[in-house]
Amino acid sequence: MAEKYSREMVEVISKNLHRQQDLGKVPVLDVRNLGIDFGGLTAVDGFNMTIGPTEISGLIGPNGAGKTTIFNLLTSVYQPTRGSILVNGINTKGMTTAKVNRLGVARTFQNIRLFTDMTALENVKVGMHNSIKCGFISSLLRLPPYFKAEKEANKRAMELLDFMGLADVADTKAGSLPYGVQRRLEIVRALATNPSIILLDEPAAGMNPTETEELMHQIRRIRDTFQIAIFLIEHDMNLVMNVCEGIVVVNYGRIIAKGTPEQIKNDPAVIEAYLGKKEEE
Amino acid sequence: MSFLQYLINGISIGAVYAIIALGYTMVYGIAKMLNFAHGDVIMVGAYISFSATNYLGVPAVLSIFIAMAVCTILGIIIEGLAYKPLRGTSSLAVLITAIGVSYFLQNAAQLIWGATPKNFTSIVTSAPISLFGGQLTITGEVIITIVASAVIMLALHFFTTKTKIGKAMRAVSEDRDAAQLMGINVNRTISTTFAIGSALAAIAGVLLCSTVPTLQPTTGSMPGIRAFTAAVFGGIGSIPGAMLGGILLGVIETFSKAYLSSQFSDAIVFLVLIIVLLVKPAGLLGKQVQEKV
Amino acid sequence: MRIKNDRKTQLTNFLTYALVIVAFVILQYMSEGKMLTKSMQGYLIPICVYIVLAVSLNLVVGISGELSLGHAGFMGVGAFTGVIIAGIFRDTIDNEILRLALSMVCGGVLAGVAGFVVGIPVLRLRGDYLAIVTLAFGEILKNIFGNLYVGKDINGIQFAFSSEAIKLAEGGKMILKGPMGAAGIKKIATFPVAFVLILITLFVVLNLINSKEGRAIKAIRDNRIAAESVGINVTAFKLKAFVTSAFLAGMAGALFALNYSSVNASQFNFNTSINILVFVVLGGMGNILGSIISTTVLYLVPELLRELQDYRMIIYAIVLIVVMLVTWSPKVKQMIQVVQVRIKDLFKKKDKKGGSVNG
Repeated sequence: MAEKYSREMVEVISKNLHRQQDLGKVPVLDVRNLGIDFGGLTAVDGFNMTIGPTEISGLIGPNGAGKTTIFNLLTSVYQPTRGSILVNGINTKGMTTAKVNRLGVARTFQNIRLFTDMTALENVKVGMHNSIKCGFISSLLRLPPYFKAEKEANKRAMELLDFMGLADVADTKAGSLPYGVQRRLEIVRALATNPSIILLDEPAAGMNPTETEELMHQIRRIRDTFQIAIFLIEHDMNLVMNVCEGIVVVNYGRIIAKGTPEQIKNDPAVIEAYLGKKEEE
Repeated sequence: MSFLQYLINGISIGAVYAIIALGYTMVYGIAKMLNFAHGDVIMVGAYISFSATNYLGVPAVLSIFIAMAVCTILGIIIEGLAYKPLRGTSSLAVLITAIGVSYFLQNAAQLIWGATPKNFTSIVTSAPISLFGGQLTITGEVIITIVASAVIMLALHFFTTKTKIGKAMRAVSEDRDAAQLMGINVNRTISTTFAIGSALAAIAGVLLCSTVPTLQPTTGSMPGIRAFTAAVFGGIGSIPGAMLGGILLGVIETFSKAYLSSQFSDAIVFLVLIIVLLVKPAGLLGKQVQEKV
Repeated sequence: MRIKNDRKTQLTNFLTYALVIVAFVILQYMSEGKMLTKSMQGYLIPICVYIVLAVSLNLVVGISGELSLGHAGFMGVGAFTGVIIAGIFRDTIDNEILRLALSMVCGGVLAGVAGFVVGIPVLRLRGDYLAIVTLAFGEILKNIFGNLYVGKDINGIQFAFSSEAIKLAEGGKMILKGPMGAAGIKKIATFPVAFVLILITLFVVLNLINSKEGRAIKAIRDNRIAAESVGINVTAFKLKAFVTSAFLAGMAGALFALNYSSVNASQFNFNTSINILVFVVLGGMGNILGSIISTTVLYLVPELLRELQDYRMIIYAIVLIVVMLVTWSPKVKQMIQVVQVRIKDLFKKKDKKGGSVNG
């Protein structure tokens, strides 16, 4: 059930967003006062943010600030202790990770989690699982719908691989691909689920400068082609500042700054979190 | 009064399970493998003790020590020949190898001692104690078993918390790689664990056969499975858990035979196990480990 | 569009079917021509049964990646259901093949139901805990049908957990007698039916593996968290594999029981489950053709060693351990590789002498 869109929320979004086309639309992700405790230890607290349907946002912060924990909350890997998460206006409370994905949230992982024993193509086809329309009986008895569905799935999977420049490795086992390629394959697999938002957990980690440069173009291209939102965690400031339209900075599980790349660059709280307090000068 | 009688008998049989379960749990905790041959080491221990007393005329108490020594060596050999080469590979491969070792021990025992059951003479000679005018009888075996398991439990606790090698064992069980980096000899620690587990199995074998006197090559397999269940029940990898699991299993088994149905006692025992695991997936005293995402 | 990997699987599947069919044709020809020894003749159906059991267990252990130690329990459910159904319809259905088929289907369905009931709680657990609970369920199932009494008379069928509870009218017969099991079963299992069951099993398992369901199941095995993140309902797919596997095991169990004049519960114990697991692991995880070959070989090894009498099982045990060490130990693998390289070098030198330009 989509929540009614209040004037106040539109204002919040328009303040954060820089994309005219998102104005007045239900945010793809609407997080309110989110928090989680692990046995008395508060890992994340008071996390608020909205992401418009075609916005690219970044989540940054020092190591151990709770960034991945926030991703795990957004994808229901953990159930929040407090607060709520609305995906396209629907509350994900109590849902499984699989259900949240079907609502439109796809993700990649910091420590790559591919199906290493399967080929790149198969990995993408697993991602397409819920859009392949073919019943259990059809596939068991190899009825015509099975062949039709498989053919379509192969075609679409190849298109997606090609989109990220991975068509050549379609038949290669995912586990034997180079690191940078694995990262991109994870993105393709996430795209294959037809998401309305993709969460990228350190997509440039382990990539060389050329690969990172290419990734930046690809991230923008994903948004422009599929018209979806992207939310990414990244330590490469060059990438974050160049690609993201809105940035959220967290430290010790709390938001310490929000704004455009320009605002974040000059925010004293952010500088302090990253470089420590300036005592002299 | 019969309630008390069943309780004591249950604790006694449970104490045997507990001693066997300790072997399972220590090996699992440290080598992360299900040693299905453990039950058969029990059988070997019982046969050694039997042979020492019957063929060599060794006193019963001394025969236990001989059995322990033989089983310790056996445990180290099994570990070194069959399990060590597979360390770090698929856990299923190790499991199947353990099954192979189990077949080997059973059939070797059959070749040496024959398939016909031997009548094991109890190592306990003291007469049963009669209480409340004969309403409650406690046999010598029951007392010895319970005392022995309590002593073993305390000794193991002391060993793992106070001694250097015991601490090394706990370190290896917690994080093998880190322990290695700290200069702990992982291979030797694992061998030691097998040695201790096998020595305990010998004691368990003698105690088991003192209570249930038929000894045959398959004597160890069912108590082995029971004890394995007990170890999981208490939380596999946990020493107090194995003790608790073993005793609870023995008591549940005795009670269900006495009060519910002797026919379905197996089903009841395993049903309780399943329910416990569904409520506490890591067993009664086990640690729940969350997978890092 | 041509996808290399698909072709490879298609080829392997074709080979699997071809091998089974050719083996059947040869054996059936030899069997009809009385070219097989009596004992060989007797192994045919049990080997088929164990092939079905191994292939179906491979679906759970190899493809789904869950260690199940209770497969014999499902086999037992099928066996006893089959015996009961065959006993009930002994006089009403004259066609033996039809009666056998009905018994097998009923055995499969009931085993599938058992698999569903067991699977729901069990599949929530992971790793070794799942293994111990499947073991426990296997023992519970064995315990239940080991105490089941079934009688049949003109008034109908009676079920009970004790022999006294069954009061049969004149001319009535006991089909199942608790721990004694069933005796006086009419042997209606035939080799061609066993062969058809293998074909059905291959058809179901191979088609399942190479479909979107199979991909989902393999994905869960490879990385559960990633599979969830792409919208796959983990429990549902694990359950699908588990129930399918139990169904096939039940069919095999019914066939097994109807091949002997008597069966009892202790035949479906933990050791049987373990034996099937050994077939699967030695044949290769997820490798269906491997399961078929290893089952046949491992079933025959102890039987062919029968002349060695007391030594045969000890030899079997040693073979098992050595095979595991050779196939899995990193050190041994390294040694084999070194030897392979040396042999290759030898050939290369020879080639050079012969003036070959290949290299």
